[in-house]
This record gives sequence, structure tokens and C-alpha cells, in this order.
Amino acid sequence: MWQFFHKLGSPKWFFGISTRFMPWLLAGGIVLLMAGIIWGLAFAPKDYLQGNSYRIIFIHVPTAFIAQSIYIMMASAAIVTLVWRMKLADVFVKAVAPVGLALTFLALFTGAVWGKPTWGTWWIWDARLTSMLILLFLYGGVIALDRAINDEKSAARAVAVLVLVGVVNIPIIKYSVEWWNTLHQPATFKLTEKPSMPAEMWVPLLLSVLGLYLIFGWLACIRMQTEILSREQRTRWVREFVLKGRV
Amino acid sequence: MNAKAPPAVQLAGSSVGVLAAMKGVFARDMKVAFRQRQDLLNPLLFFIMVVTLFPLGVSPEVSFLREAGAGILWVAALLSVLLSLDHLFRHDFDDGTLEQLVLQPQPLFLLILAKTMAHWMLTGLPLVILTPVLGVMVHLDGNSIAVLCLTLLIGTPVLSLIGAIGAALTLGLRSAGVLLSLLIIPLYIPVLIFGTGTVAAAAEGATVGAYLALMGAFLMLAVTLAPFAAAAALKISLSNG
Amino acid sequence: MQRMHRPDFGALMSEPLLQAVNLQCERDQRILFRELSFSILPGTVTRVEGPNGSGKTTLLRILAGLNHGWSGELNWCGASVAGQREVFLRNMLYLGHRPGIKSLLTPMENLRALMAGRRPVSDVTLSQALQGTGLAGYENVPCRNLSAGQQRRVALARLLVADEPLWLLDEVFTAIDADGVKALEALLQQRAAEGGAVLVTTHHDLALPGMHRLVLGAGGVTDER
Repeated sequence: MWQFFHKLGSPKWFFGISTRFMPWLLAGGIVLLMAGIIWGLAFAPKDYLQGNSYRIIFIHVPTAFIAQSIYIMMASAAIVTLVWRMKLADVFVKAVAPVGLALTFLALFTGAVWGKPTWGTWWIWDARLTSMLILLFLYGGVIALDRAINDEKSAARAVAVLVLVGVVNIPIIKYSVEWWNTLHQPATFKLTEKPSMPAEMWVPLLLSVLGLYLIFGWLACIRMQTEILSREQRTRWVREFVLKGRV
Repeated sequence: MNAKAPPAVQLAGSSVGVLAAMKGVFARDMKVAFRQRQDLLNPLLFFIMVVTLFPLGVSPEVSFLREAGAGILWVAALLSVLLSLDHLFRHDFDDGTLEQLVLQPQPLFLLILAKTMAHWMLTGLPLVILTPVLGVMVHLDGNSIAVLCLTLLIGTPVLSLIGAIGAALTLGLRSAGVLLSLLIIPLYIPVLIFGTGTVAAAAEGATVGAYLALMGAFLMLAVTLAPFAAAAALKISLSNG
Repeated sequence: MQRMHRPDFGALMSEPLLQAVNLQCERDQRILFRELSFSILPGTVTRVEGPNGSGKTTLLRILAGLNHGWSGELNWCGASVAGQREVFLRNMLYLGHRPGIKSLLTPMENLRALMAGRRPVSDVTLSQALQGTGLAGYENVPCRNLSAGQQRRVALARLLVADEPLWLLDEVFTAIDADGVKALEALLQQRAAEGGAVLVTTHHDLALPGMHRLVLGAGGVTDER
């Protein structure tokens, strides 16, 4: 068990194993996402209230969902960084934070686009959108702090502390934003809390969530590999990899 | 004494108790602050000026100010605390006092708690004391002012505590001030929401006990967790220098 | 400079106080030192030597527990430092480049604050310590009105009341005048005679009888006696 754990922390081992997985992640991700989106956009039934405009959920929900789960994953990695000082965990946090930021932005953007036909305005201070906006700030802070600290190890540990502080705050933020929302606005039309979504709608949604997860996995691997190569550039295995093209 | 015996040394005895050490840290910060009183006034002046901007920039109408007043005061207080946070560790870092603090033989998080308490006494508490005056200027009624003061009294220590984490993380970095704001403002949002929400609820005639209790829970959470995070962050930042 | 009488409570120790095993430190993709092993015995003064950038300050900061970017083993009295951090800190005195003196406070207040976290010391003893470092008459002048050398002396006054067996002194001779340097040299010797262990880095020509040297350098590390 411990040996496996130790191995898991070795960048070289990760590099080798991830190279084998990545094509599958990418292929599976593209297939699932395409299936989900095509099904959702072309074949799923119209919404009885919103018509066709609701179809953006097949992009909006996966991005929002994964943007949030990336932060949780980063927090788990942050614990590993602080407790076991595992290099790979540092690399993971650094590699996926910009992906999280991008997906959060996409979720906000698609939310705004969706808001135009439904609410008649690009932006509304809705609890979910506001929470996502704050999540965007949290990702921004993590990336800014990482860039500001020159020393790699210090940066990783400082970022880990910040991510953990953030993850303790996320439920508090979510709860308080929801409370704030009910305080200032009468309950608005809730979009994603449909009482019952027919299977023709949620199955493609599930497919696209899974597909995006796999694509995120691929993206995380490739970004981690790049980061590992630049960090370990002085080691022999990286030099051999560059010369021979394989580990 | 045997001349051939290897040299031996007496190990140090027990150190000063934790409370005495915390008191020492607190007392020094207070003393340093009172040697430079102008620095104490700055966040207060900033607080007043930010509040002044709203009637000038938005509207001096009584109805607007009465509705937005609590929010304006809370935001202004939050920004003043933010402004003062840069000094929390900066001077100590520059003159080496912070290294000595980290090397004190007591748990660092308790010493940081003492430092943060001093910070609150020097920034948060004066803001609370000044609030009734500004509350009158934005036409809040007596009840709202009282509730506002209570929320600030519970909320500003939370701002100092969370801020200490940010100050420790950004210590010694270029453009630390802006970075500090970027990191900390999102974390301040719940306190702000509940601070202003409580006053709004009071204005509508609701009982605010439950809201205040919730803010008290925030405070307890911050007191128990933030010093640990700040201590960890401080050690990381010092290791860098 | 004359050390003050101090009451003793702790146990007697004649084994190595501090033991470093296979220390390795890497900074900015460069190895500062590796496989660095040494022991610090009671009653010794050790000078850490090496050219600029060889990691003298870093080594002292690692030993003090300020720098965490290292691997290897550090033992205090035979057991890992990590497991007894507070005991170790109580027994170690570190003076860095930045002396830890608040310019707004007086020497007396500074000294009192620095001792507040360690052990109770009477004001009489503290003012004697200040007089011992040549600051008589300056006890109650804010430190910002003192010269750089005088401010260093405030920090050095701590050494006169210190009961910590291990001293880590980084560039303590900086900004000290010739008389002060002599007095400080004598103080270090006196401390070693009492059984204390001193690790010191300096660009000043320090040559005490029986002094150990720990040489850091680009070509690896040698531990000369």
C-alpha cells in the first residue's frame, strides 16, 4: 500500500502511466461528449416552458459541475501536498487551476447566454451565478498567488493553504449567497431544479458530464506532463525522454 | 571539576507560559502602534471618506441612504480592515521580529491569535466605535445603528482573522497589497452578507438573535481555524526569505 | 561584555547537541549542499565558511527551523527536532541578518519583548545587559535614533542574558566597531567555556583558539576540525 502510494508520487511513474491512459481518456471523452451534446441539441424533446433555449444546459451544467468538482479535487491534492509533501499533488494543483478557471468562466458565460432569452437580461444576481462568480475569484486568487511566488516548493505549499482555506469557505459562501438571494429577491424561476426531468433530457446530460470529465482528465494529464518535464528537466529520465521520445 | 571531562552544558529550563507569551506579543504590538498614532488614524479616515463618497456619488436622498446605509458602512469597514492588513506582518517581517516570533518556544498559532487580537483592537474596534456617528449621517434609525454596531463588533474580528491568512500568504511578495485583496475579498463575502442581512432583517422588524448567533458561529470558526492557517502560511513565507 | 549570572534548571548535556545527517538543500534548481553531516558539541565555537552564495545563511536558517526546503535529518540531543520543536526552540537562540529590533521601541522595551516569550528576566538584569553592550544611557531612547551598530548591539545584549545552549549567529559582526568585535569574540569564547555551542557565519576574520570550521563551497562540503 505504502509502496504504491510512494510510486504514485513519483513524477516519472506518473509520466509513463498517464501516457498510456491519455488516448483512451481523450477518445472516450470526445465520444461521450459528442453523443451527449448531439442527443441533447438535436433529439431531446423541447422544454414545455423555455422551448429550445434550455438546450444550453447540455454545455452549461457539465462545465459548472466540473468547475466546482475541480476545486474539491484541488483541495484533496492540497492536503496531500501539506501532509505527505508529494510532488505530484503540487503539480496537479498547479496544472488544473487554470482549467478550473476556464470552465468556471464558461459556466458563467453560458449562464449569461441562457439568461438572455429566459430572464431577458444577460446578468442577474441569482444565487447560483453569484456563487460561480465567487468561485471564479477563488480560482483567480489561487493562480495569482502561484504566479507571485518564485520558489516552486513555497508556491505549492502556500497555494495548498489557500485552496484549503477556500474549500472550508465554499459551503459557507454557497449557503450565505442563497440566504442573501432569498432576502433580496422573491423566489425566481429555478432553471435546473426541475421537479422531474424526463430521461430523454437527463441521459444526454449525464453523458456530456461524463464526457467532459474524461476530457478534463486528459487535459489534466497533458498539463501535468508539461509541468513535470519543466520541473524535472535536469534529471536523466527527462533527458532520455527528450532524446528517445519515450520513458 | 575534572579537567578531562568533556564539556557539558546546562539545557534551558521550561519556558514562559503560553498566556504570558501571548501577552508579550500583544503588548508589544499595542506599544508600537501607539508610538505611531497617525497610522492608527489612517483606516478610520479611510472609513469616513469611503462612506462620504456614497451620498456624493450616488444620491444624498434620505430614502436611498436609509436603505443602503448599513451596506455602505459594512463595505467601507471591510475595505478599511483590508487596507490595514498589509501592516499586520510587514514591519515585523522587515525588521526580523517575525523570525523571532516564529522561533518562540510556544505554539505559533496562539502567538498569531494574540497579534490578530491586537490588530482588531487597533482597527476593527475603533471602526465599531465610530459607526454610530456615521450611522446618523446616513440616516439610519437608532435600532438599526445598534444592530449594525453589534454585527460589526462580531464581524470585524472575523475580518482580521481571515485577513491574517492572506497577509501571511502574501508576505514579502511584490504587489502584495493588491494580491492580498484578490485572495481575501471572496472569503469576506459571507461575513458581509450576514452583517448587512442582519441589519436589513432588523429594519423589517424581525428578531435578529438567530442571525447574530450565526455570526457568532462564524467568529468561533474563524478563531479556531484561521490562526492555524495563518501560522502555516507564515512559516511558508518565511522559509522563502 | 560580561555575561549575567543566570539560574539554571535544565539537565546537563555532554553529548552532541545538534546533529545533522545527510542534509541536502536545493534552491532555484541548484544544489547548495548535499550529504552534509556534522555534530555540534557542547563547548565549541564553529565557524561556517564559504564564498558568497554557498548557503551559509541558508544552512543556519535550516538549523534554526526557519527554512523548510531541505531533506535529511536534524536531531536535537539524539532525537528528531521535528518531534520536539518547542523544546528545541527553547534551547536555541538565532540571530539573523535582520536583528529583530523594533525601531519605534527603546532598547529596554525591545529586550523585554524579546525575552517575554522565553523566560522571565528582571529589568535590572536587562539594563545591566544593555550597559554590558555599551548602551548605557541609551536604554530609553527609541531605537530609530540609534546608529546601525548600536541597534545591532541591542540584539547582542540578548546574548548576555541568554541561557540557550545553542547559538546560531548569522553575520553578528556586521556594523560592530573594533572594540565591540573584541568584546564579542571574548563573549563567544566565554560561552564555549561555559559549555555552550556557537555556530557563527561572518566575513570578519574570526580566529578563536580551538575554533571548528564547517566549510561550504561549490566543490562539495568538507567538515574540518
